[in-house]
Amino acid sequence: MLKAPYVTNYLTEHFGEDDYGTLEGYKRRGGYEAARKALSQMSPEEVIDQVKDSGLQGRGGAGFSTGMKWSFMPKDSDKPKYLACNADESEPGSFKDRIILERGPHLMLEGILIAAWATGAEKTFIYCRGEYAFPGACVQRAIDEAYAAGVFGKNALGTGFQHDVVLMLGAGAYICGEETGLLESLEGKKGQPRKKPPFPAQYGAFGMPTTVNNVESFSHVPFIINNGAEWFKGFGTDKSPGTTIFGVSGHVVRPGLYELPLGTRLDEIIFEHAGGVPGGKKLKGAIPGGMSMPILPAGQLEVPMANEFLREHKTMLGTGGIMVMDETTCMVRAGVVISYFFRDESCGQCTQCREGTGWMHKVIERIERGAGTDRDIGILEDVAAKMEGQTICAFADAAAWPIQGLLRHFRNDFEEHVSRKKCPFSESFEL
Amino acid sequence: MVISEEIRAKIDAEIAKYPVKRGALLPALHLVQSEHGYISNELAKELGELFEIRPIEVMEVVSFYNMFYDSPQGRHHVYVCTNLPCSLRGGRDLLRQLESHLGLKPGQTSADGRITLNHEECLGACGYAPMMRVGAQYYENLDLEQAKKILSELE
Ligand SMILES: Cc1cc2nc3c(=O)[nH]c(=O)nc-3n(C[C@H](O)[C@H](O)[C@H](O)COP(=O)(O)O)c2cc1C
Ligand code: SF4
Ligand code: FES
Repeated sequence: MLKAPYVTNYLTEHFGEDDYGTLEGYKRRGGYEAARKALSQMSPEEVIDQVKDSGLQGRGGAGFSTGMKWSFMPKDSDKPKYLACNADESEPGSFKDRIILERGPHLMLEGILIAAWATGAEKTFIYCRGEYAFPGACVQRAIDEAYAAGVFGKNALGTGFQHDVVLMLGAGAYICGEETGLLESLEGKKGQPRKKPPFPAQYGAFGMPTTVNNVESFSHVPFIINNGAEWFKGFGTDKSPGTTIFGVSGHVVRPGLYELPLGTRLDEIIFEHAGGVPGGKKLKGAIPGGMSMPILPAGQLEVPMANEFLREHKTMLGTGGIMVMDETTCMVRAGVVISYFFRDESCGQCTQCREGTGWMHKVIERIERGAGTDRDIGILEDVAAKMEGQTICAFADAAAWPIQGLLRHFRNDFEEHVSRKKCPFSESFEL
Repeated sequence: MVISEEIRAKIDAEIAKYPVKRGALLPALHLVQSEHGYISNELAKELGELFEIRPIEVMEVVSFYNMFYDSPQGRHHVYVCTNLPCSLRGGRDLLRQLESHLGLKPGQTSADGRITLNHEECLGACGYAPMMRVGAQYYENLDLEQAKKILSELE
């Protein structure tokens, strides 16, 4: 089991206590009181309004208002409605949902039950990446316990509301984290994203109205119901309330998880919390929110970690997975690793994405080997630009952004490879 | 029938959870593969009958997902993560060292069928790098000696 985050706040407060993952331990700390309150004292509209008022934004990467998303679910539908909990967590650099699955599964389940009440959903499919066998087993155990105690089923918490929960394990495909890729995979198909519209709230899992939320998004909800929207807004920034679990990796003294308010400065997270760069080396750049998000150079780390500020630096919060690179790092090699990943994981439906990811990887790899020409850097920029905003899903943008970020801030690394016809960084990690 | 009674019963239990039978195809593939190691044409045919789809549709799904195999594999899959955060903390060095230790290139299986070695993309353990996955088990904060010891204990 993962150890508790180095810094905790309301969300992960009890993650260091092993029995918190059990129903009894969770209940002893007030667990399922929020769901009881929502289901017995609040109307679905009241729940949605409270979550809307709290300003909670999805923690799966896109940052969309959770309450708003819930309100898109049709109210007078005669079709069954579903929820999907996105536990696919495959964005490189992200490992925050995993700790919720392992150490706080009931927190997520309680959030799911509240969301189900708010949206009128009869069933939730939790889609967990296949490699998360252990986290998945922790969730399954929690589901079984919850059923045995009447938390779910025909008479959830004794309120007469019916809700069922099903856990499904994926099988190793990054694209199944994209919400409509996830829905296809749930249906037993290849996880190829769907064209939108129709959006999942109209046509989701098995053709039924469906709301997809991330593991962490659900997990904030019980606190909002217990303590109110105003309390929640006491954390974070005006536009981005609440905390999130930042995952810090790469060249830092203390890689790991840190639950901090949104808006915490990136340099504070890296240097004060994660202990800075080891070995007295200087920091070269940091990716702020999982591999899809453009990198920031050492000079721009004072930015508060919230989308309204990160956007000014042409990047985003994404999953809050922070990857730190020290001065020895070759950014062209980083580009090779990044572009390889996207080439490998493209689902292949859209030409711009299928061809573009392969092309980018080929060109960056050529530059890294010292066989690149002056034209190659321009080709990269051109291909990346043509991949943006053209495709069925945002994967192609997510593949183009990090390469654009590398060229924006570390163009010199690329140019030096071309002019010296080899990699100038002798101490960098090797491919 | 190649699929055992026991697995068949588990598949039926999965099917009951979904509004449409096919929803249980991924769980069924996991179950069948845990018994047989990979999805053979014969198994695809049987699953096709069970799910009322063509065997080719089963194989389409198998080939889309990295964790499903259409050919025999080593008894243990050893995957070393080589995505960026792990690379920054020695993931690639670990893989290279294991390659020479085992005498295998990524994707290859040892002659005794014990180990299939491969690299893998981010496994959600970036803060605990370098790491490897052996089957369902994660091993984190590894060094070469620990990794060798873990591999030597695999049957
Ligand atoms: C290529 C791609 C991969 C994604 N992977 C994930 C993922 O692993 N987990 C996740 O929660 N969201 C992922 N998302 C975002 C989802 O599409 C969706 O926005 C999210 O699950 C909604 O939940 P939220 O509003 O609670 O954040 C991904 C998006 C894209 C385009
Ligand atoms: S953008 Fe890429 S991943 Fe998304 S649907 Fe198109 S080909 Fe598939
Ligand atoms: S990069 Fe190796 S686990 Fe994430």
